[in-house]
Amino acid sequence: MKEAYAWAAIGLIVVASTTGDILLSHAMKKVGDVGELWKRHGLLKVIGRVLATPTFFLGLVAMGVAFYSLLFGLSWGDLSLVAPASASLTFVANAFAARLFLHERVGRRRMLAALLVAGGVALMAI
Amino acid sequence: MTFRKYLVLAGVAVFSAAGDSLLARGMKDLGGVSLHNLSSLILAILDPWVACGILLLLAFFASYMSALSWADLTYVLPASSLGYVLVALAARFGFHESISPARWMGIALITAGVGFVAAGPSLTPSRKLAADVISQQEAQS
Repeated sequence: MKEAYAWAAIGLIVVASTTGDILLSHAMKKVGDVGELWKRHGLLKVIGRVLATPTFFLGLVAMGVAFYSLLFGLSWGDLSLVAPASASLTFVANAFAARLFLHERVGRRRMLAALLVAGGVALMAI
Repeated sequence: MTFRKYLVLAGVAVFSAAGDSLLARGMKDLGGVSLHNLSSLILAILDPWVACGILLLLAFFASYMSALSWADLTYVLPASSLGYVLVALAARFGFHESISPARWMGIALITAGVGFVAAGPSLTPSRKLAADVISQQEAQS
Protein backbone atom coordinates (compact mmCIF):
# COMPACT_ATOMS: atom_id res chain seq x y z
CA MET A 1 0.00 0.00 0.00
CA LYS A 2 2.88 2.29 0.88
CA GLU A 3 4.38 1.65 -2.53
CA ALA A 4 1.08 2.42 -4.28
CA TYR A 5 0.80 5.77 -2.46
CA ALA A 6 4.38 6.61 -3.43
CA TRP A 7 3.81 5.83 -7.14
CA ALA A 8 0.47 7.66 -7.18
CA ALA A 9 2.31 10.68 -5.77
CA ILE A 10 5.05 10.30 -8.42
CA GLY A 11 2.45 10.26 -11.23
CA LEU A 12 0.75 13.33 -9.79
CA ILE A 13 4.08 15.16 -9.42
CA VAL A 14 5.03 14.46 -13.07
CA VAL A 15 1.70 15.67 -14.50
CA ALA A 16 1.44 18.72 -12.22
CA SER A 17 5.03 19.88 -12.57
CA THR A 18 5.07 19.45 -16.35
CA THR A 19 1.85 21.49 -16.59
CA GLY A 20 3.36 24.09 -14.27
CA ASP A 21 6.65 24.31 -16.19
CA ILE A 22 4.85 24.78 -19.51
CA LEU A 23 2.54 27.49 -18.11
CA LEU A 24 5.35 29.35 -16.32
CA SER A 25 7.64 29.20 -19.33
CA HIS A 26 4.81 30.54 -21.50
CA ALA A 27 4.19 33.35 -18.99
CA MET A 28 7.84 34.37 -18.75
CA LYS A 29 8.29 34.42 -22.53
CA LYS A 30 5.35 36.84 -22.62
CA VAL A 31 6.93 39.02 -19.92
CA GLY A 32 10.21 39.17 -21.83
CA ASP A 33 13.85 39.25 -20.70
CA VAL A 34 13.64 40.05 -16.98
CA GLY A 35 17.22 41.35 -16.81
CA GLU A 36 16.63 43.86 -19.61
CA LEU A 37 13.28 44.96 -18.16
CA TRP A 38 14.83 45.47 -14.73
CA LYS A 39 17.67 47.55 -16.15
CA ARG A 40 15.32 49.73 -18.17
CA HIS A 41 12.25 50.09 -15.96
CA GLY A 42 13.21 48.85 -12.47
CA LEU A 43 12.22 45.85 -10.36
CA LEU A 44 8.66 47.04 -9.63
CA LYS A 45 7.86 47.06 -13.34
CA VAL A 46 9.17 43.49 -13.64
CA ILE A 47 7.05 42.29 -10.72
CA GLY A 48 4.02 44.15 -12.06
CA ARG A 49 4.44 42.60 -15.49
CA VAL A 50 4.79 39.07 -14.07
CA LEU A 51 1.75 39.49 -11.81
CA ALA A 52 -0.32 40.77 -14.74
CA THR A 53 0.22 37.52 -16.66
CA PRO A 54 -2.65 35.05 -16.08
CA THR A 55 -0.70 31.91 -17.08
CA PHE A 56 1.78 32.74 -14.30
CA PHE A 57 -0.91 32.12 -11.66
CA LEU A 58 -2.18 28.95 -13.34
CA GLY A 59 1.44 27.75 -13.40
CA LEU A 60 1.80 28.56 -9.70
CA VAL A 61 -1.31 26.52 -8.87
CA ALA A 62 0.06 23.54 -10.83
CA MET A 63 3.44 23.91 -9.07
CA GLY A 64 1.64 24.06 -5.72
CA VAL A 65 -0.10 20.77 -6.50
CA ALA A 66 3.27 19.28 -7.50
CA PHE A 67 4.90 20.58 -4.31
CA TYR A 68 2.30 19.07 -1.98
CA SER A 69 2.34 15.81 -3.96
CA LEU A 70 6.10 15.75 -3.36
CA LEU A 71 5.68 16.28 0.39
CA PHE A 72 3.01 13.56 0.37
CA GLY A 73 5.20 11.20 -1.63
CA LEU A 74 8.29 11.86 0.50
CA SER A 75 6.39 10.99 3.64
CA TRP A 76 5.46 7.58 2.16
CA GLY A 77 8.31 6.54 -0.09
CA ASP A 78 12.04 6.90 0.28
CA LEU A 79 13.63 10.11 -0.92
CA SER A 80 15.79 7.87 -3.11
CA LEU A 81 12.72 6.62 -4.97
CA VAL A 82 10.28 9.54 -5.06
CA ALA A 83 12.62 12.43 -5.90
CA PRO A 84 14.62 10.81 -8.72
CA ALA A 85 11.67 8.91 -10.24
CA SER A 86 9.49 12.01 -10.43
CA ALA A 87 12.37 14.24 -11.54
CA SER A 88 13.61 11.94 -14.29
CA LEU A 89 10.10 11.29 -15.67
CA THR A 90 9.40 15.03 -15.57
CA PHE A 91 12.45 15.74 -17.78
CA VAL A 92 11.15 13.42 -20.49
CA ALA A 93 7.53 14.61 -20.18
CA ASN A 94 8.71 18.23 -20.41
CA ALA A 95 10.72 17.64 -23.58
CA PHE A 96 7.57 16.35 -25.35
CA ALA A 97 5.29 18.98 -23.82
CA ALA A 98 7.65 21.86 -24.71
CA ARG A 99 7.69 20.76 -28.33
CA LEU A 100 3.92 20.28 -28.42
CA PHE A 101 2.72 23.34 -26.51
CA LEU A 102 5.56 25.87 -26.59
CA HIS A 103 6.75 24.99 -30.11
CA GLU A 104 10.32 24.86 -28.87
CA ARG A 105 12.76 23.35 -31.30
CA VAL A 106 13.38 20.06 -29.50
CA GLY A 107 15.65 18.37 -31.99
CA ARG A 108 17.73 15.24 -31.60
CA ARG A 109 20.23 17.14 -29.44
CA ARG A 110 17.72 18.22 -26.79
CA MET A 111 15.76 14.96 -26.85
CA LEU A 112 18.99 13.02 -26.29
CA ALA A 113 19.93 15.45 -23.52
CA ALA A 114 16.55 14.94 -21.80
CA LEU A 115 17.03 11.16 -21.94
CA LEU A 116 20.64 11.38 -20.69
CA VAL A 117 19.63 13.61 -17.79
CA ALA A 118 16.61 11.42 -16.97
CA GLY A 119 18.82 8.31 -16.97
CA GLY A 120 21.49 10.08 -14.94
CA VAL A 121 19.03 11.29 -12.31
CA ALA A 122 17.62 7.75 -11.99
CA LEU A 123 21.13 6.27 -11.63
CA MET A 124 22.04 8.78 -8.92
CA ALA A 125 19.42 7.13 -6.71
CA ILE A 126 21.04 3.69 -6.74
CA MET B 1 24.69 34.05 -23.24
CA THR B 2 26.44 36.43 -20.83
CA PHE B 3 28.24 35.67 -17.58
CA ARG B 4 25.24 36.99 -15.63
CA LYS B 5 22.98 34.48 -17.37
CA TYR B 6 25.28 31.57 -16.51
CA LEU B 7 25.22 32.82 -12.93
CA VAL B 8 21.40 32.69 -12.91
CA LEU B 9 21.50 29.12 -14.27
CA ALA B 10 23.99 28.18 -11.51
CA GLY B 11 21.55 29.68 -8.99
CA VAL B 12 18.76 27.47 -10.40
CA ALA B 13 20.93 24.37 -9.81
CA VAL B 14 22.29 25.27 -6.36
CA PHE B 15 19.05 26.56 -4.80
CA SER B 16 16.92 23.65 -6.02
CA ALA B 17 19.40 21.04 -4.74
CA ALA B 18 19.85 22.71 -1.34
CA GLY B 19 16.11 23.36 -0.97
CA ASP B 20 15.12 19.79 -1.83
CA SER B 21 17.70 18.37 0.60
CA LEU B 22 16.39 20.48 3.48
CA LEU B 23 12.75 19.61 2.66
CA ALA B 24 13.55 15.91 2.61
CA ARG B 25 15.34 16.22 5.97
CA GLY B 26 12.30 17.95 7.47
CA MET B 27 9.74 15.48 6.13
CA LYS B 28 11.65 12.59 7.70
CA ASP B 29 10.97 14.19 11.11
CA LEU B 30 7.25 14.22 10.43
CA GLY B 31 6.94 10.59 9.35
CA GLY B 32 4.17 9.18 7.15
CA VAL B 33 1.33 11.49 6.20
CA SER B 34 -1.82 9.58 5.32
CA LEU B 35 -4.91 10.65 3.41
CA HIS B 36 -6.73 10.85 6.77
CA ASN B 37 -4.58 13.61 8.24
CA LEU B 38 -3.79 15.76 5.26
CA SER B 39 -3.86 18.83 7.51
CA SER B 40 -0.45 17.77 8.85
CA LEU B 41 0.92 18.61 5.38
CA ILE B 42 -0.11 22.22 5.90
CA LEU B 43 1.46 22.25 9.36
CA ALA B 44 4.65 20.80 7.84
CA ILE B 45 5.80 24.33 6.97
CA LEU B 46 6.24 25.01 10.71
CA ASP B 47 9.14 22.55 10.84
CA PRO B 48 12.41 24.57 10.72
CA TRP B 49 14.02 22.28 8.12
CA VAL B 50 10.95 22.51 5.89
CA ALA B 51 10.77 26.31 6.40
CA CYS B 52 14.44 26.81 5.40
CA GLY B 53 13.91 24.46 2.46
CA ILE B 54 10.95 26.56 1.31
CA LEU B 55 13.03 29.78 1.57
CA LEU B 56 15.73 28.25 -0.65
CA LEU B 57 13.09 26.98 -3.06
CA LEU B 58 11.75 30.55 -3.32
CA ALA B 59 15.25 31.68 -4.33
CA PHE B 60 15.27 28.81 -6.83
CA PHE B 61 11.90 29.97 -8.17
CA ALA B 62 13.12 33.55 -8.72
CA SER B 63 16.20 32.42 -10.65
CA TYR B 64 14.15 29.83 -12.55
CA MET B 65 11.60 32.46 -13.65
CA SER B 66 14.40 34.80 -14.67
CA ALA B 67 16.07 32.05 -16.75
CA LEU B 68 12.77 31.12 -18.42
CA SER B 69 12.33 34.73 -19.52
CA TRP B 70 15.34 34.48 -21.86
CA ALA B 71 15.84 30.76 -22.51
CA ASP B 72 13.80 27.74 -23.65
CA LEU B 73 12.31 25.43 -21.03
CA THR B 74 14.20 22.50 -22.59
CA TYR B 75 17.43 24.53 -22.16
CA VAL B 76 16.88 25.56 -18.51
CA LEU B 77 15.65 22.19 -17.20
CA PRO B 78 18.84 20.17 -17.83
CA ALA B 79 20.82 22.95 -16.14
CA SER B 80 18.71 22.52 -13.01
CA SER B 81 19.71 18.83 -12.88
CA LEU B 82 23.32 19.84 -12.23
CA GLY B 83 22.15 20.31 -8.64
CA TYR B 84 22.13 16.52 -8.17
CA VAL B 85 25.75 16.42 -9.30
CA LEU B 86 26.65 19.24 -6.91
CA VAL B 87 25.07 17.41 -3.95
CA ALA B 88 26.95 14.20 -4.81
CA LEU B 89 30.27 16.01 -5.25
CA ALA B 90 29.76 17.89 -1.98
CA ALA B 91 29.09 14.58 -0.24
CA ARG B 92 32.24 13.06 -1.77
CA PHE B 93 34.74 15.87 -1.29
CA GLY B 94 33.14 17.83 1.56
CA PHE B 95 31.95 14.98 3.78
CA HIS B 96 34.17 12.17 2.42
CA GLU B 97 31.23 9.88 1.69
CA SER B 98 31.88 7.23 -0.94
CA ILE B 99 30.09 7.37 -4.28
CA SER B 100 29.03 4.08 -5.90
CA PRO B 101 30.00 3.35 -9.53
CA ALA B 102 26.31 3.70 -10.52
CA ARG B 103 26.22 7.23 -9.07
CA TRP B 104 29.43 8.18 -10.90
CA MET B 105 27.71 6.89 -14.05
CA GLY B 106 24.68 9.06 -13.23
CA ILE B 107 26.94 12.10 -12.74
CA ALA B 108 28.54 11.41 -16.13
CA LEU B 109 25.16 11.09 -17.89
CA ILE B 110 23.76 14.30 -16.37
CA THR B 111 26.92 16.23 -17.17
CA ALA B 112 26.88 14.92 -20.75
CA GLY B 113 23.20 15.84 -21.12
CA VAL B 114 23.75 19.37 -19.81
CA GLY B 115 26.81 19.78 -22.05
CA PHE B 116 24.77 18.65 -25.06
CA VAL B 117 22.10 21.28 -24.47
CA ALA B 118 24.50 24.05 -23.44
CA ALA B 119 26.43 23.66 -26.72
CA GLY B 120 23.27 24.46 -28.71
CA PRO B 121 21.17 27.64 -28.94
CA SER B 122 19.45 28.75 -25.73
CA LEU B 123 16.28 30.10 -27.33
CA THR B 124 14.12 28.96 -30.24
CA PRO B 125 13.77 31.98 -32.52
CA SER B 126 10.15 33.02 -32.60
CA ARG B 127 8.63 35.29 -35.20
CA LYS B 128 5.93 36.47 -32.85
CA LEU B 129 8.39 37.33 -30.06
CA ALA B 130 10.67 39.19 -32.49
CA ALA B 131 7.66 41.15 -33.72
CA ASP B 132 6.71 41.95 -30.10
CA VAL B 133 10.20 43.28 -29.36
CA ILE B 134 10.19 45.47 -32.45
CA SER B 135 6.74 46.89 -31.69
CA GLN B 136 7.84 47.61 -28.09
CA GLN B 137 10.92 49.44 -29.29
CA GLU B 138 8.82 51.44 -31.72
CA ALA B 139 6.36 52.34 -28.98
CA GLN B 140 9.19 53.59 -26.78
CA SER B 141 10.91 55.70 -29.42
